[in-house]
This record gives sequence, C-alpha cells and structure tokens, in this order.
Amino acid sequence: MATLLAPTPVADATDTVCTHCGLPALGADAIDGPNFCCSACATAYAMINAHGLGAYHRFPERRGAAVRPSGRAFSDFDHEAFTARYVHADAAGLMHVELALEGVHCASCVWLIERVPLLVTGVAHAELDVRQARASVTWDPGATQLSDIARTLDALGYTPHPYRGGERAAMRKRDDRAMLVRIGVAGAIATNVMLAALALYTGGFNAMDRGSMQLFRWLSLALTIPALLWPGRVFFTGAWAALRTGTVHMDVPIALALGAAATRGAINTVTGSGPVYFDGVCTLVFLLLVGRFLQARGQRAATDATEQLFALAPATARVIQADGANLEVPADAVAVGALIAVHAGETIPVDGEIVAGESRLNRAILTGESDDVHVTVGDTVYAGTLNRSAALRVRVNASGEDSRIARILAQVDESARRRAPVVLLADRLASRVVAVVLVLAIVTFALWMRRSPAAAWDHAIALLIVTCPCALALATPLAMSAAVGRAARAGIFIKGGDTLESLSRPGTLVLDKTGTLTVGDTTLVSWSGDASLKPIVLALEATSSHPIAAGFRRAWPDVRASEAMQVTHTIGSGMTGVVDGRSILIGSPRFVAAELPHVAWPAWPDDASTPVIIAVDGRIAARAGFGDAIRPDALASLTTLRARGWKTLLLSGDTAAVSQRVGAALGFAPNEIFGESSPEEKAARVRSIVLATGGGHTPPCVAMVGDGVNDAAAIAAATVGIGVHGGAEASLATADVAMTRDGLAALVALTDGATRAMRVIRRNIMWAFGYNALGVALAMTGHITPLVAAIMMPVSSLTVVLGSWFGKTFTVEAR
Amino acid sequence: MSVLYVVVPLALVIVAIAVGGYLWAVRSGQMDDLETPALRVIRDDE
Repeated sequence: MATLLAPTPVADATDTVCTHCGLPALGADAIDGPNFCCSACATAYAMINAHGLGAYHRFPERRGAAVRPSGRAFSDFDHEAFTARYVHADAAGLMHVELALEGVHCASCVWLIERVPLLVTGVAHAELDVRQARASVTWDPGATQLSDIARTLDALGYTPHPYRGGERAAMRKRDDRAMLVRIGVAGAIATNVMLAALALYTGGFNAMDRGSMQLFRWLSLALTIPALLWPGRVFFTGAWAALRTGTVHMDVPIALALGAAATRGAINTVTGSGPVYFDGVCTLVFLLLVGRFLQARGQRAATDATEQLFALAPATARVIQADGANLEVPADAVAVGALIAVHAGETIPVDGEIVAGESRLNRAILTGESDDVHVTVGDTVYAGTLNRSAALRVRVNASGEDSRIARILAQVDESARRRAPVVLLADRLASRVVAVVLVLAIVTFALWMRRSPAAAWDHAIALLIVTCPCALALATPLAMSAAVGRAARAGIFIKGGDTLESLSRPGTLVLDKTGTLTVGDTTLVSWSGDASLKPIVLALEATSSHPIAAGFRRAWPDVRASEAMQVTHTIGSGMTGVVDGRSILIGSPRFVAAELPHVAWPAWPDDASTPVIIAVDGRIAARAGFGDAIRPDALASLTTLRARGWKTLLLSGDTAAVSQRVGAALGFAPNEIFGESSPEEKAARVRSIVLATGGGHTPPCVAMVGDGVNDAAAIAAATVGIGVHGGAEASLATADVAMTRDGLAALVALTDGATRAMRVIRRNIMWAFGYNALGVALAMTGHITPLVAAIMMPVSSLTVVLGSWFGKTFTVEAR
Repeated sequence: MSVLYVVVPLALVIVAIAVGGYLWAVRSGQMDDLETPALRVIRDDE
C-alpha cells in the first residue's frame, strides 16, 4: 500500500536513533557516527553510501521501519523456468522483468528504487509504480544476473516477488487508455456544444439573425455526430447487446434518449425551427462516461487480490536427482514423491515431510503463530512457510494447486465470486427504473399525440433527456470515490464502494487475535529476577536472531550489554555462554532442567506467559515471561464499537487458553471466543455466520478483521474483509479494506466514515431523484422548455458533485 | 455577425489541436500512473 506521507518516527529526540530507518537504535552510543538498530539497516546504509546515494538519508520522509530482508539467495530468479515465465528480452538484447515489491510506501522509495542502476552495474533502467508497488527493471544479461538485482532490492528492504498478472495488467492498461480517450473527446465536444447552445438560448431572447442561428445549429450537429459515433458508441452497443439477449439495461433508455434526441435535433436543424437538444446529448455522454470510469476503477482494485497472493509462493523448487545433483524445477511441476532441498532462509515451495535435517520454521502465513516452531525428521511442512535456520530435505506430498496454501487461495477466489448476488440486485433495481422511464415516455407521447405530432415528439424527448440518470448515475460513484479518497488520506484503503454500504450498518465483527488485537510480536511481559542480570542476558541474546532475543532487546533498550564468550546455541531450546567470568544458561524450563537436573527452583507466580529461565553458575536465577501484548487502544475501540451496536467475536489460531485469556481482558464473553482454529476452520466459521445472519432485504454486515495469510480465506468469506496494519501484504491484498494506520481506532473511524458516506450518498440520490421527478412532471405536462432542461441538467449534476466533495465522511488528521 | 464565420471554425481548429494533444498524452502512457511521477520530481535533483 502506498501512502504519500511517511509514518511519524517513533523515537523521542533524546533517544539514539537508527541513522537508516529512524527507529530507536538499541545499544548504540556513538554520538557523531552513524547508529543502527539492526545489522540489516547497517548493511543497507553502507550499500547506499558506497554508491554515492547518501542524499537518501537526508530525506525527512524515508521509511520509519527497520529493514527486514528475507535473506534469500534468489537463485531461482536466474532459473530457465523463471526466465521463460516472467522475463522478456527486447530487440537490443536487454532483459526486462516486472517485480512486485514489499515495503514500498513513499517518495524516498521511488528515489531509491529508481537508482538501483547505480547500485548494481548492468541494470539499465528501473521504474517504480508506487500505487501498485511494482517495479519494472531492465538489465543487461551479460553484465549482471537477476538474482543480484533481487538481492540488492531485498537488502534495501524491498523483498521482490515475480509479478504474475502481466497479461491482465496490459489488458487493463489498454481499457483504461481507451476510456480516458473517450472521456476526453466527449468532454471537449460537450463543452463546445454547450457554448453553441448558450449562444442559441441568448440569441433566442435577443433576436439573433437567422443566419447565425443556423450556423450554431449546424455547428452543434457537426460536433454531436462524432460524439455519438465515437465516445457515445458504447451506449448503443451496450443497449443492442441487452436487447438481443432480451433484457432491459440502463443502456437502453440512454441509447433511446440519445438516438431520439439527436434525430429530432437533426430534423429541427434541417428545417431551421425548434429546439436541437444537442447540448443535452453531448453532456449526457460525457457525464455518463465519467460515472462509469469512476465505478470501474473502484471495482477493479478488488480483483487485484489473488494476484498478489500468488507472488508469495516461490517460483521454483530444488529437486535432488538420483546422482545427488540439484535441479531447479518450477514449483508447480514437482512430482509427488520427489526429494527436494530447502536452504536456510528460503520459503518452502511444496507440501511434504522432512526426511533429513532440523530447523526452525515460521508458519505465520498458514497458522498465524508469530513464533518460529522447531521441526525435525518426520514433521510435515507446508508450501509458503519460511525455513529460518538450517537446510532441510523434504519428500513432496503435494505441489502446485494441491498444496495447502493453493487450496486456501482457491477458497479465497471462490468466496470472492460468491459476492455476485449484490451486483445482480443492483441491476434488477436499475432495470425497474428503466422500465418506468420507458413507460412514462410512451404515455407522454400518446397523450400529446392528440394535440400534435411535433409536440408529442418534443415532450417525449424532453422527458427522456430530463430523466436521464445523469445526476443519478454520478450520485453514487462520485460520493463513493470522494469518500474512498478521503479515507485513503486517513490511512484506510477501501476497495469498492459496496464495502462502505455494508459497513454503514452495525453487524457482526469477527476479529483475529494475534497481530490484530495484540501487537503480534514476542514481547517481554514479566521479569522475576535481579536487575543486575539484565546486561548478562542481553550479552548472550545479542548473539541470537531468535524472536525471544529480539524481544529482550526491545524490552530493555537502555541496558548496556556485557560481553559474552564461548556461546553455544541449541536450536529450539536455549543457549549457554560465559559472561564476566560467570557461566550462564538461558532457555526453556525443559532445557534448563536437563542441563541442571539437581538444583532447586524458586516458586514464581504463574502469569500465563511463556517462561524463559536464566541460570547463573549452576543456580536458577531469574524467570522472564514472554507473551503477546494487547494493543493499547484495543479495549477502548471495542467498547465504542459495541456501543454502536456491533456484535464482536474473537477467532484465533492460538490455543484455547491463550485466546480465552486475551478475550476476557478485552470484554469478550466466553462463548464469543473461538481458539485453535485452522485457516480453513476460520473461513468456514465466518461463512456460517454470514449464512446465519443472511437473508432479508439488506443482510447485516459480517466483517472479518485479520492480519495474516492465515486469515485471508476468512477475510474473503466475510461480507467485508479488513486487513490491519503490519499484516502480511497478502491479507492486505485480499481484504476489502486495508488499514495502514496502527491500532484498532482506525476501525472506529472506518465504520463512522462509512455511515457518514452513506448519508452523503442518500442525500445525493434524493437530490437527483427530486430533480428527475420534477422534470418528469414538467415534461409530461408540457411545461418544459429547452432552456429549463438545459439549466436543470447541469444544476442537478453540480449539486451532486459539490455534495460529494464537501460531504464530511472520513476525518483526515493533520500530520 | 459575419465575423462568426471566421472565429467559430478557428475555435474548432484550436479544440482539435487540444484534443490531439490529449490523445497523444494518453496513448503515450502519461496517464497510466498519476502518482509516482509526482513523487519522483520532488527528489530528482538531490
């Protein structure tokens, strides 16, 4: 998600801040020199400065987040299968690829990414599209490899993935350009015909000479014909397609009104008498096209979802051949039963069973657990999970579309398709309005036919023009895009206007726990022991990249670490070492008990946190409790939402005990808490809630709020899916609403904004409908003159435009 | 009023040029991404 404004730095002026990212730099004390919060930031800083791009660090709005490279080797990016699929060669022998990047968000990202040619020799050109977070890179295959480029981007914090929706994007670009061309031409013609019409109306009052009148009439006709044949043709083809399939569609009365008015206008031009209607015809074409464009753009964003999800699964797998050699094969072409090698730091490309090696896996993508888990021979691993610490050999059980993540993605797709009924309802309503307008026009024609054919024609056409859903067509899309725009500036990204409608009425709010209600990190929540042990603990933990170690460093930013020696790590258990001449042991209770079997353990209060035990010189000295801290604004926001009538449920992949504890602290009733839910169960539960509350004219909204890919299926199954800040890019992509603002207060802002936006829309429709009703009455009684019609049309549209623009929907905070 | 017979066609020619310019801009991709160029220009001279 791209924002124009950078998040505010979290460090106080008195803190030492990381020179690269601006976050507090722990344990650093150099006054003048550069300080860093982590080695990744130091690497990125060194790389940027070594190539004379130091200006980056003087930008005030650069990224306010530590660099988190994936550390992958990206060797699959050089593989033939990858090249065949994503890389294109141009005539000059240069290669070209589109990469989806993580972590792109501001002006300095554009600056830095587009200077990659300076960082990697051989890169000819790099261009970034901020909104899509997509970079197109051109390089010389003789001078560098794509894996080098990918590693550089990764080291800067923009982890690249191959962009897999190239063809659809190209098609969309063509559609967009064609639409803009139509709007531009229609707009230019409409304004000029309006000018001619103005001359005709004023001329009519001031006795303009007949020659000049005819000049303007013929001029309008000459301009209207191309307007109908070029930009306006879409309405005629649309109406024709609808009639051929025997349905009525908004396009039918529009085409009828345009055709009848233009024909009648042309006849009046030739005979030199009567109104010409051309101004109405051209304005109608223009405004309808604008309305459609806005609508199409809003709906489009929602379809981007699965494309971005697919970017997460690796493109190739390393298959071990009978002779022991490795062969890279596209991940979806790996045979069941094959043996593959997965290096440390790589994402596992298939589902399978470990046959050799042990390591730590981050399975957050599937389960939402933020902690790494220890896996060994015989354990099942899933595609999309990240292998953190050591090489593994995996026997393949399922690959490609059969893998668990692919099945979850298929559910996402299915859930997205199931939204169609809402659209159908809107179409049915529209065709009802259309039928009424057509009937009224026929009635008007018949009534006035008894007086004179000329009057019958004029009044029926006047009716069709004046009831044309000009303002009505603009009322909803314009108000929605105005609200969506305001929301985006407030850090809430809404895809599709139907989301706003759903959220405007209270319903059921289903919340994920880890990362949504809680911070999602491993946080030190309790410490039972002497404060003098802190530097010792930090000394050992400084040598580890384990989340627990990061938790200690975050918890004690002011503590100076001592020096540790003879450090040994036992994966998944703990570590030992010597600090200040004392032998130290840090690890899980089981690890410590195994190392020191005969010592006494002090009694600590059980605070339901995960314990880490510290032993000094063979004596149990301290206990650190780790847990997942609840977001500070969670309780207040939930209380507000409940007061507004929302029913809240908690749905978590974590254990029942932890879910109950967190839920109780946040005011959930025990029967509103569902722990130990797999991604599939989460989606099934959300779907059943949607079914249970569904039915009726306007079913209440079921909103799912989550952050991980494990929530993606549930997010898609809900009426409205909401991805919260800090979540996986994938869940942000699947969600109808993505929030880049921290905390749950944004949820309150979202529902309030949606309610106000719907109020604006209802007001717009009321205005537009009122004008139309008045127009119908005047046209049917024959009171409408061309002058009145010409004034009514733009005034009604203008009311709607102004109403949308100044409607107070989302509050944009001053930053 | 005979001046109209000169001025009005002249206005049409000017409109045609403006529309032509717009079509060129759209077709050469200048409307494809309206966000990045605005950010790019801020930092170009550093």
